[in-house]
Amino acid sequence: MSDPIIKIQNMNKWFGDFQVLKNINLEVEANKKIVVCGPSGSGKSTLIRCINRLEEHQEGDIIVDGNELSEKTKDIEKIRAEVGMVFQQFNLFPHLSILDNCTLAPIWVKKMPKKEAQELALDQLKKVQIDDQANKFPGQLSGGQQQRCAIARALCMQPKIMLFDEPTSALDPEMIKEVLDAMVSLAKGGMTMIVVTHEMGFAKEVADEVIFMDEGMIIEKADTKEFFANPKSDRTKLFLSQIL
Amino acid sequence: MIQTINFLKPNRDNIKNYSIIGSFLVLVSLIDVISNAFLKINLTSFLPGSLTTLFPLIIGLIGLNMMRIDYSGNKTLDLLNKNINTNNFNALLTLLILFSIIKALPQSLSWMILDATISGDSKDACTGTGACWTYIKVWFRRFMYGMYPNEFHWRINTAFILVIALGFVGYFMKENLKKYLALYYVIIYPVIAYLVIYYLISGGSFGLQWVETGAWGGLSLTFIVSFFCLIFCFPLGMIFALGRRSNLPAIKYISICYIEFWRGVPLITVLFMSSVMFPMFLPEDFFMDKLVRVIIAITLFEAAYCAEVIRGGLQSLPRGQYDAAKSLGMGYWKMHIFVILPQALKLVIPGIANTFLALVKDTPLIFVVGLAELAGMLALAKTNPKWLGFAMEGYIFASIVFWIICYAMSKYSYNLEAKYKTER
Repeated sequence: MSDPIIKIQNMNKWFGDFQVLKNINLEVEANKKIVVCGPSGSGKSTLIRCINRLEEHQEGDIIVDGNELSEKTKDIEKIRAEVGMVFQQFNLFPHLSILDNCTLAPIWVKKMPKKEAQELALDQLKKVQIDDQANKFPGQLSGGQQQRCAIARALCMQPKIMLFDEPTSALDPEMIKEVLDAMVSLAKGGMTMIVVTHEMGFAKEVADEVIFMDEGMIIEKADTKEFFANPKSDRTKLFLSQIL
Repeated sequence: MIQTINFLKPNRDNIKNYSIIGSFLVLVSLIDVISNAFLKINLTSFLPGSLTTLFPLIIGLIGLNMMRIDYSGNKTLDLLNKNINTNNFNALLTLLILFSIIKALPQSLSWMILDATISGDSKDACTGTGACWTYIKVWFRRFMYGMYPNEFHWRINTAFILVIALGFVGYFMKENLKKYLALYYVIIYPVIAYLVIYYLISGGSFGLQWVETGAWGGLSLTFIVSFFCLIFCFPLGMIFALGRRSNLPAIKYISICYIEFWRGVPLITVLFMSSVMFPMFLPEDFFMDKLVRVIIAITLFEAAYCAEVIRGGLQSLPRGQYDAAKSLGMGYWKMHIFVILPQALKLVIPGIANTFLALVKDTPLIFVVGLAELAGMLALAKTNPKWLGFAMEGYIFASIVFWIICYAMSKYSYNLEAKYKTER
C-alpha cells in the first residue's frame, strides 16, 4: 500500500477562543473518494479549507503530497496548484470569460503556452458539457453551468487532489444533477476527491469512505456500505435518520 | 379657498376636459409672467393692486389642481402629476420656481448677450450696461498661457498635442504588446511626457530659449499640474491601498500612517510647506523647481484619497474571489493583478472620477505659492489698474472652462464604466 497523499495528525484549530476542529486524524490514499458529512457548523468546510491552507491550523500536522503545511511552508502556491478546489458559491471570476477563467491559472501559474492552455480548457469544458459557452461571461450562465465551469477551471490545473466544498448547496434542485453527474464521471476517472456534501445518493454511488463530523470532531469514519448499513454512534444514526 | 379648489377635482371620466382646461389655465399664467418679464406689459392691469401680482399664481394653481389625478393612463400627464404636481404645496413650488426662472431670464440674457460688448481691445469699448467680454478677449492668451512669452506659445501647443497623441498609443498597440500596457502608462508615458514638456516648454536646449516655470501659467498650467498629479497619484494610491490591507505589520502601519497623515492636513498648508519649508531642509546646492515641488505635494496628498477609494473597492469584493485565486495556486501579486484589481478598480471608477475632479478643481490653490494657473491669472488680471471692475466676467469664464473640463472627465468615466461592465 502506498503512502497516503493527505495525512492529518492531531490537528486542532481555533477561531479566536472557539475551537472549530478538535484532534483531527485523517489519512487519504491516492485515488480514494472521501465524502464528509455532518450538520452545519460541524467544521467540515474548515477541515477541507485547511487542506490547501485557505485556513491555517494551530496545532498538529497536515501533510499534503509529502509537503508539510505550516507557517514555514515556502511554496504554498505550488501545493495549492496540486490541489483543486470547488466552492459552494462557484467563485468564478466575473470579469473574465468562461474560457479565460479556465486558462488564467495554467498560463500564469504553470507557465503553459496560451494555445495549449486553451486547448486544455476547451477539453475540460467539453467533459462537463459547457464548451459551447466558452466565450460567455459567468454572469450569463445558470448556477449549474457556473459550477461545472468551476470544476473545469480547477481541473485545468491538472491537480492530484480535488476538494469540493458543498458544491451543490447553492443550486436549484434541477441543476444539482448535472453537477453531480460531472463529479461522478470525474470520480470514475480515478481522481482523489474529498467532498463535503449532503447528497447521500452521491456518497453511496462513488465514495470509498464516509466521514461524519459533529462539533469539530470526526465522530465516525467507515466504508461507505458499512456507514449507511451499520452506523455505530448514536449521533450518526440520528443524523442519517433525519437526512435520508 | 382650499375647499373651492377641491371642488374642481377631476375623475377618470372627465379628465380629458379637465386636463385641457387645466393646461389652458397654466398656459395663461405662463403667458402672463412671460409678457411681464420680457415685454414689460402687464396683461392684468385691470385687476386691483396685489391681485395683479398674484393672478398667475392663482390661475396656475387652479389649472394644476384640475389636472391632478392619481392615474390617467396618459403618460405625459402621469409623469407630470407624479413629479411636480403631487399636491397643492408642490404645485405652488413648481410654479414659483418656474416664474422665478422666467423673471430672471431677461436680465441675465441682456447682461450676458444682448447688452454685452465684445468688440474693441481696451476697456473704453465697454460702455454698455452688459458684460464686457472684450476683457476676456484681450486677456485670452494670458488666461491660456500665463506670462509665457507670446512668440513661444506654439511650444506649449506642440507639447500638448504630442502628449495627447502619446496617450492614444495604447489604442493602437499590437495585440502581443498589450500586456505591457500598464507598464507603458504607469512608467514610460509619464517619463516621456515629462521629457516632452521639459524640453519643449522649459526649453534651454535644441536652440529653444529657456522659459522659467514662474512664467508658466493660465489654463496650460492647470493642465500640466492636473496631468502629472492624476497620472502619478493613481498608482501611488493603489500601492498604499494594498499596503493598508497587507498582512505584514510594517507595511500596513506605514500605509496607515501615510494615509492618515495626508488626509489630516489641508492642501493649502501642504503647498506652503512644499514651497517655503521644504527647500530649507535641502542641501544648498540642491535645487528643485517650485512647480515640481508643488506637483509632488499635490500627488502625495491626492494619493491618500485615491488609496482609500481603492481600498473601498478591494473590500467590496467577496472573500470567495481571493479563495478561488489562491486555490488555483496564484501568489499575492498574480492574484491581485489578474483577479482582484481588475474587479476592484472597475468598482471604484465613480469614486476615482470624484477624486480626480476634486483634484482638478483644487489646482487653483497653487496660486498661494505664486503659480498662476487659470484662476490665478484671473486674480492677477482683475487687479490690473487698466482693467478694474471685470471680476464677474472673468469668474464666469473660468467657471465655464472648469465646468467643460470636469464634465468631459465625468462623461469619460461613465464611458469607462459602460466599457468594463461584464457581469449581468
